[in-house]
Amino acid sequence: MEIVVGSLLNGLVYGMLLFMLASGLTLIFSMMGVLNFAHASIYMLGAYFAYEISRWAGFVPALILAPILCGAIGAAIEIWGLRRVHHNGHIAELLFTFGLVFIIQRGLQMIWGMLPMPYRVPPALDFALFTMYGANFPAYRGFMLLVSAGMLLAIYLLLKKTRIGLIIQAALTHPNMVSALGHNVPVVFTTVFAGGCLLAGLAGVIGGNYLTTESSMADAMGPIVFVVVVFGGLGSLGGCFVASIIMGMIQTFAVVFDYTLGDLLVPLGVSVGGDNLLGEILTVPMARIGPLLPYAMMILMLLFRPRGLLGTRDT
Amino acid sequence: MPIIKHLLAVATMLSCFALPVAAEDTIKIGYVDPLSGTFAQQGDASLKHFAFLIDRVNAAGGALGRKFEIVPYDSKLQPAEALIALKDITDRNISFIMHCAGSNVAAALIDGVAKHNARNPDHRVLYLNCGALASDLTNDKCDFWHFRFDANTGMRAETLVRGLPKTLKSVYLINQDYLFGQTLQRETKEYLAKLRPDIKIVGEELIPLGKVKDFSPYVTKVQSAGAEALITGNWGPDLNLMMKAAADAGANLQYYTYLSHVVGGATSVGAMGENRLHTVTEFHPNVPSEQNSAAGEEFVTSWRKDHDFDLFQMNNYVLLKMLAAAIDKAGSTDPYKVALALEDSKTTDPLGHEYIMRKEDHQMLEPLYAAQFVRGVKHDSEKTGFGWKTETVVEAAQLAQPTTCKMKRPAS
Repeated sequence: MEIVVGSLLNGLVYGMLLFMLASGLTLIFSMMGVLNFAHASIYMLGAYFAYEISRWAGFVPALILAPILCGAIGAAIEIWGLRRVHHNGHIAELLFTFGLVFIIQRGLQMIWGMLPMPYRVPPALDFALFTMYGANFPAYRGFMLLVSAGMLLAIYLLLKKTRIGLIIQAALTHPNMVSALGHNVPVVFTTVFAGGCLLAGLAGVIGGNYLTTESSMADAMGPIVFVVVVFGGLGSLGGCFVASIIMGMIQTFAVVFDYTLGDLLVPLGVSVGGDNLLGEILTVPMARIGPLLPYAMMILMLLFRPRGLLGTRDT
Repeated sequence: MPIIKHLLAVATMLSCFALPVAAEDTIKIGYVDPLSGTFAQQGDASLKHFAFLIDRVNAAGGALGRKFEIVPYDSKLQPAEALIALKDITDRNISFIMHCAGSNVAAALIDGVAKHNARNPDHRVLYLNCGALASDLTNDKCDFWHFRFDANTGMRAETLVRGLPKTLKSVYLINQDYLFGQTLQRETKEYLAKLRPDIKIVGEELIPLGKVKDFSPYVTKVQSAGAEALITGNWGPDLNLMMKAAADAGANLQYYTYLSHVVGGATSVGAMGENRLHTVTEFHPNVPSEQNSAAGEEFVTSWRKDHDFDLFQMNNYVLLKMLAAAIDKAGSTDPYKVALALEDSKTTDPLGHEYIMRKEDHQMLEPLYAAQFVRGVKHDSEKTGFGWKTETVVEAAQLAQPTTCKMKRPAS
């Protein structure tokens, strides 16, 4: 029981962090059709900015300014980069964002060096919120949950309940019509891209001190975010949310339960073991392959339901 | 095509610049390590160590009256990339290839060098391993052309186990699921069984390298197993995130690590490592003051003038010193002659500790330090206010572990 409750909470926190990161990506993809490889790099930028700002002005200004900076960088990337390569089709856009990943990483390493940054949880949030079965639940995790839930709500309201959201959605499917109605479609796209980057920056501010701020953090987070987006269904915010939580839970519970594939066969009266390849696979404990499960699930999803959990179009 | 013309022009310009650098009278060492991407931190740190150490060795006269020069190559921690670098090094007739990071890369290089030398007996190359630690490389996989100038995982495991406090009763093992981590896991268990049978291993875990973001579930597991200490070879994010998760959960654990002293470790661990974090290292900045060595202290202080991370690769100073002596003894840079001269050679570091290159498996014996991360030491690490304090010193001679190496020696 104690392990189950603890793991539920852990899984939820991790899932929400994934969601913060993946939501920006899925937003950009569903609105613009651009799969932004550099998304995790913007997340990393957010963490570095937050560290730099919090050194001079404290955590709260960092929480506000760093995402805005990331949004501004996103806007610049869209206006001077993406918009130019857009004419050459999706491959050009993919390659462009792929190149950005390396440029941003190298740039960061040149400015801040290769050492990890001592970006820490602010003292005001550095206490145990409550103690559960002898293990502390840190206040910062509660704060993360709060921010991500607030973000989910804000995005939902913005897209579904406001006029801006209406125009954005319309510009996605009928850009010419929206343009004919007098709206500036390129600006709408820039706004969306900047918005997505802002969310990534926010995830960076929150995740940078929860995890570690260093020049490899984008590499570490990039693949799993793509898995979440593909699994949830490209372009579906709801799917992205569900997928994030599922991934968070899977990785957490896989570690806790020491079962092997072979254990599943025991009720059937089959016992496995031995030194052959099959025995190896069936006796490897779940914990050892836990972090790889999301990737396996993504492959299964692509095989059997290419549009993802709640997606509206095929990958 | 104007672009191609431009490129050609640039290329010629570059090659003109390159010529004076590649002056004939230096002894070049091709250095292959990750210099870009995720693991660039490690390669960059080693490169800075070598830049510092090579100045010392050159100031002392180099070898055969010639100076040493490092030629860096980026391995991206990929065996395939390292083999491409090896090709380039042999094409340029450089006699020495040096490599520190990644036992998987090392395994590929040992193979690649052996093949190259068998096929090109006139242009051979010698592999100087400055930090790929899996003990297999000097056991079953040992090779005449490979010399390891750093203590292997077995020696480190023995040092760590010897350093464990007598009061410790239960430990949990967590390691990364690749050659290095698996070897450490196995060898830690061996030495625990041999030297400290009273310690109970309450659990063990292999985690995928660099894939785990949230270590809280592992911490939950460690806590419910009732472990007093964690023994781990994890490094980089896999170590920091694990300690962070444990600190967040308020777990009362000691951490016995193998690699937390490397660059970036102190910064990311910070205050949560105080009195809890232990490491096994070839050197740390407080060793000279603990042993009252003025020569060693001078070494450390001159390093700290220009660097904001710790000097810890003393073994690489010994590498350069031993190599210089071997070249002088052989009277040439011919890899075969140098290899013979390296075998059974002995040298000392600035503090006077002895290092021996063992002939039977080409494994260097070196002193190791088990150290604790504490406040109030003479030199703190990475400006954190915390630094390393020695708990146990194990001298080179005490770490002469048996080897299973059956080396094939070339006739000439």
